[in-house]
Amino acid sequence: MNKEYRFQHKHLLEMGQLSAEDMLYILAIARSFKEISARSIKKVPTLRGKTIINFFFEPSTRTRLSFEIAAKRMSADTFNVSASTSSAQKGETLIDTARNLEAMNPDIIILRHPSSGSSMLLSQHVNASIINAGDGTHEHPSQGLLDLMTVMEHKGRIEGLTIAIIGDIAHSRVAHSDIIGFTRLGAHVRVAGPATFMPSQVESLGAKVCATTAEAVAGADVVMALRIQQERQHDPLIPSLREYACFYGVNRKLLELAHKDVLIMHPGPINRGVEMSPDVADGTGSVILEQVANGVAIRMALLYLIMGGDKGGVAN
Amino acid sequence: MNKITILQNGRIIDPANKVDTKGDLWLQNDRIMAPESSIPADASCINLQGHWIVPGLIDMHVHLREPGEEYKETIASGTLAAATGGFTAVACMPNTRPVNDTASVTRFILEQASQASARVYPVGAISKGSGGIGLAEYGELKAAGVVAVTDDGLPVIDSQLMRRALEYAASHGLLVISHAEEMALSRNGVMNEGLVSTRLGLRGIPVEAEAIMVYRELALAELTGHHVHIAHVSTAVATDLIRQAKKRGLKVTAETAPHYFTLTEEAVAGYNTNAKMNPPLRTEMDRQAIRLGLQDGTLDTIATDHAPHSILEKKVEFDRAANGIIGLETSLPLSLALVRDGLIEAMRLIELMSTAPARILGVAGGALAIGDVADITVIDPERQFVLTEDAIVSRSKNTPFLGWPLQGKAVLTFVGGRLTYDDLPR
Repeated sequence: MNKEYRFQHKHLLEMGQLSAEDMLYILAIARSFKEISARSIKKVPTLRGKTIINFFFEPSTRTRLSFEIAAKRMSADTFNVSASTSSAQKGETLIDTARNLEAMNPDIIILRHPSSGSSMLLSQHVNASIINAGDGTHEHPSQGLLDLMTVMEHKGRIEGLTIAIIGDIAHSRVAHSDIIGFTRLGAHVRVAGPATFMPSQVESLGAKVCATTAEAVAGADVVMALRIQQERQHDPLIPSLREYACFYGVNRKLLELAHKDVLIMHPGPINRGVEMSPDVADGTGSVILEQVANGVAIRMALLYLIMGGDKGGVAN
Repeated sequence: MNKITILQNGRIIDPANKVDTKGDLWLQNDRIMAPESSIPADASCINLQGHWIVPGLIDMHVHLREPGEEYKETIASGTLAAATGGFTAVACMPNTRPVNDTASVTRFILEQASQASARVYPVGAISKGSGGIGLAEYGELKAAGVVAVTDDGLPVIDSQLMRRALEYAASHGLLVISHAEEMALSRNGVMNEGLVSTRLGLRGIPVEAEAIMVYRELALAELTGHHVHIAHVSTAVATDLIRQAKKRGLKVTAETAPHYFTLTEEAVAGYNTNAKMNPPLRTEMDRQAIRLGLQDGTLDTIATDHAPHSILEKKVEFDRAANGIIGLETSLPLSLALVRDGLIEAMRLIELMSTAPARILGVAGGALAIGDVADITVIDPERQFVLTEDAIVSRSKNTPFLGWPLQGKAVLTFVGGRLTYDDLPR
């Protein structure tokens, strides 16, 4: 790592804004923070007095809780606003709602919203830092980073690895962030799934499209299955979950084609028996729950860095 | 009262009469007059050295938003924007509230337009309420002053209804304008489908959504033998379909807008809602094809699809933002770039922006012969300016060209001999 390096980002809106150096730095900070969650007293005073708002327009358990735990372990004050409790229900626009939050002087607003680009829009209209916790079908950068961290922990590197992502690439903001993150750090990303799940010109993101799951998984170091997002589909993309499971589900037999030390990942929540068979989800090589654990560390690192952590040094 | 104005020393460009010459143009009251041997004492003379004198520009595709959405634009503000942009006449689309599908709405528009800064030609709806079911009353609409019909904003989904519209409109001497979009393919889409939509995570609209419907309209024009006009052509493939149809002798005309030959889908980057319109901005390949279409005559006219929206519709999440941009005040400089780029001659540009739309709509103007109506635009092709929000006359400011340095500007606009815009330094 370059000694002159400084994390320069006020907002985290997309993986696309991060250089390889940024990503590696975030992973390094997250690795150092991971130990805090293993202590009996899981709290450091680093962000004491900081106000963080979780502004969630879509249902979320894992991501919201992960950000909240991360903030609390850093001693920040956190507040949750969801679409059903916000004035969005009363017809207030996103910008107006955010400006009202802004008037209460939060330091960071963490936004989950169904519209792609909503985090960027917000960042243009409020002074607080914005962290994108998922915007439409665009990106979910903290998930991308925690996936990088999880692979890095097990493989010791990203460069040169082969990552197979199976499923609904077109509607997955996680896939989008992962493709950018893994390719920027030098991995080969393959994607597979029915053509109805492939976004237009997905190769432009750096991924190789495989005709079959077997082709994608062959020799892969990491196999990630994506959730079938029934709620996001405007038109019929697959005939049935049953047929999808038969042709695109990640199961033991398929994994015989992969590298013997293959890591199994899933951004959750899992439709067991659809995109991934239960024995795979719970079996050898599965790091699905480690992804969740690393999510807290990554988010602690992000909150710390975005609050200008470097300038004050890490408090213990 | 007899009023004579002499526009002197300008470059007179009159495509209808194949004239491109330096000289003077004499106006008497509301008409162009034959020059006399000596200048009458009471004539007002304007020296236009270095300027172009052209038949008044005509924009056959604008949304004036009145009645119903006066907070976005009114007939007064929209025609003032037109005059500022060098337009002497506009055809206004019927998707107002209420929809212009009856004579009473048409009469209201024309009454408002009687005080306006440009001629206003109302376009009526193809179907009642533009609902896609049943024809509007074309006979009544025509008698009230409508020059064409369209359900613009929406396609006519039912092919049989479109066929009947072409037939019935022809019986009443009305042009049919098609908003060509296959909705099953474009539904929920917010930008062109491709590399940029994938990068931004936005739902795409494939070029085929336009091409499929353009093909249907051409097939129906062939079936019925009647004229169809294709609005806002945005794609290479649709341009090519129209080119082939013209070769086969079909009665088809088509328009494109300055944004389709100036911008590409890249303008959407950063989720810029002022680059959101329908049809969407396409790729560089499409942009080049549109330019060639204007050059070779496949595309007949440049129309702006002037679509005012307030910040209420634009300063929101991209997928929730309204489609459309204003265009009246930027059309001329953006189109003049085609001449500066060497793509077309000045004569062809004026054909595209005045003579052709007059001919397609069957309205006055578009020519500078003696006795013609004195709808005239004087252009300073060298004038440079930067587009600012404050300078925009339209009630809405939704344009992706804010902050752009532009070259070429209307400096005088005459409608029937009446000066509607004056920005000539004297």
